[in-house]
Amino acid sequence: MVKVDETVLEKAEVLSKLQIAPSERERTMREMEMLLAYVERLNEVDTEGVLPLSHGESGESSLRADVVTNPDGREAVLLNAPEQRDGQFVVPKTV
Amino acid sequence: MELLQMSVRMLNEKIKNKVLGVKETVSALHARISEAEPGVGAFLSWNEDRIKERIDEVQAGIYSGRYAGPLAGLPIALKDNICTKDLSTTCGSKMLKNFVPTYDATVVKRLLDAGMIIIGKTNLDEFAMGSTTETSAFKVTKNPWNTAYVPGGSSGGSCAAVAAGEVPLALGSDTGGSVRQPAAFCGVVGMKPTYGRVSRYGLVAYASSMDQIGPIGRTVADCRVLYECIAGYDEKDATTVKKDVQKPFFNQAADKRKEHAERLKGKRFAVPKEYLAEGTSEAVREAVNRAVELLTRNGAIVEEISLPMTEYAVATYYIIACAEASSNLSRFDGVKYGYRAEEVKKLQELYVKTRSEGFGEEAKRRILMGSFVLSEGYYDAYYLKALKVRRLIKEEYEKVFEAYDCIVAPTAPGTAPKLGTSLQNPLQMYLGDVDTVAVNLAGLPAISVPCGVDEAALPIGLQFIGNSFCEELLFEVAEAYEELRGIFPTAWEQVSGRGKAGMWSER
Repeated sequence: MVKVDETVLEKAEVLSKLQIAPSERERTMREMEMLLAYVERLNEVDTEGVLPLSHGESGESSLRADVVTNPDGREAVLLNAPEQRDGQFVVPKTV
Repeated sequence: MELLQMSVRMLNEKIKNKVLGVKETVSALHARISEAEPGVGAFLSWNEDRIKERIDEVQAGIYSGRYAGPLAGLPIALKDNICTKDLSTTCGSKMLKNFVPTYDATVVKRLLDAGMIIIGKTNLDEFAMGSTTETSAFKVTKNPWNTAYVPGGSSGGSCAAVAAGEVPLALGSDTGGSVRQPAAFCGVVGMKPTYGRVSRYGLVAYASSMDQIGPIGRTVADCRVLYECIAGYDEKDATTVKKDVQKPFFNQAADKRKEHAERLKGKRFAVPKEYLAEGTSEAVREAVNRAVELLTRNGAIVEEISLPMTEYAVATYYIIACAEASSNLSRFDGVKYGYRAEEVKKLQELYVKTRSEGFGEEAKRRILMGSFVLSEGYYDAYYLKALKVRRLIKEEYEKVFEAYDCIVAPTAPGTAPKLGTSLQNPLQMYLGDVDTVAVNLAGLPAISVPCGVDEAALPIGLQFIGNSFCEELLFEVAEAYEELRGIFPTAWEQVSGRGKAGMWSER
């Protein structure tokens, strides 16, 4: 059984780009541990030689021609941006 | 009969025959909405700006013959994770509080092309993650049968709106039971199509390999016509399939309906014993057994079967759903749209602070779990293992459909829980999805139809599960059952005294 300690939680936080508040950490770790303990029941199932199934319906993708059909919607799209300038998204300085 | 009690077919006929105006229909609904919303709280936003214009457009279109189909003039509510151009789409999250899509989802386009009128957007669990609609960042929706109880989730707003008589039809989305379970809790009909039947273009993704948009209505026939409108291949969603959809109702080509006995005679139904096992309430078990007897008395062949993999469905579902959610929700970074944290100096800090402040507790829990099961050292043990078990679950269903037409089961092991009692123990809440999640893992179609009430007068849902792309059969048998069961009032009819005494009569 996986023990969820600060190291495990920190790794999950980095991958998730999340930070759990100090007051929530203990509870979050216990919950993760409880959920992982529950899902470990899958180890009871013999899956030797079974291929993974990523979709319920594993038919082929219905592809279409690679042609642009959407009109240029830059202005409308940028209206949703928290910050924009000169037709571009603004983020904090990176270099 | 009052306008709010009319079936979709009756409303449409009256509108097309000019007995009813589109404006009059929408006004009647608005009056009911004003009365119901303070108590139920099904909606998050209204289509205020353009609705007058749209009513005129639809009325003119009906006169000119542009809108001649069976949904012309009909109002509808949409779950707020379905993108609507120029109409906010929040997913019940602070993260998307001010998000206004620049395009319509394919299903929305099809509804508009059919002459429907979007009334507003309905409440949901944040990003459709939950079973009670209580994880919404904005409001608590209540069950119209008894406002001390939850409406179910995550499409709780859409189901509550139909149950409360606020709209005749609504759309929800179903990733692990999110249309069927609230439909059961609210005493309405809710259907999940086969994966790939309905376009997901414009549905904000939660778990892409299982998400499917589904119709919600008062009756099977109402759901069916809405399903026929939205189903079919869409070049904008590569997972939709190029299979013909039978549309007898939408194309108004349906022959006189067959007698229910004709539809049931010789049909083979399987009842998996695991779906009625320990954990299922006595009231649910009795109601399902009563429904099974009714089907048997009317010519159906019903046999008990075993689906041993059911025991592993919830664990498999949560590993896969969380994994896909952690990937899908990585797009919310405070740059392109949605919430952005203030006073941040570095890009990484912007991402982390925005996401930590913007997502609610349940979304964060699932993202963390998803990142963990996909991470180095754990991927094989959790994620890959779950994908293998998924195949075994699918194969188990396939075997059943070699011998049976349809599976009959409860939609949920119990009825709606009281408000404020579900979120303390996430595992307990997840286990409540035991009767619905396996269907999503296997991509199958299923429908929930009311089949009784418990001792607190809360509705119970009966679930019919069909083989892939056998929606037509599913509607046939569900409608036959519905006819045999007799009228089941909506919450609004029952609470306001319009429901028939004794609720329903079984033939």
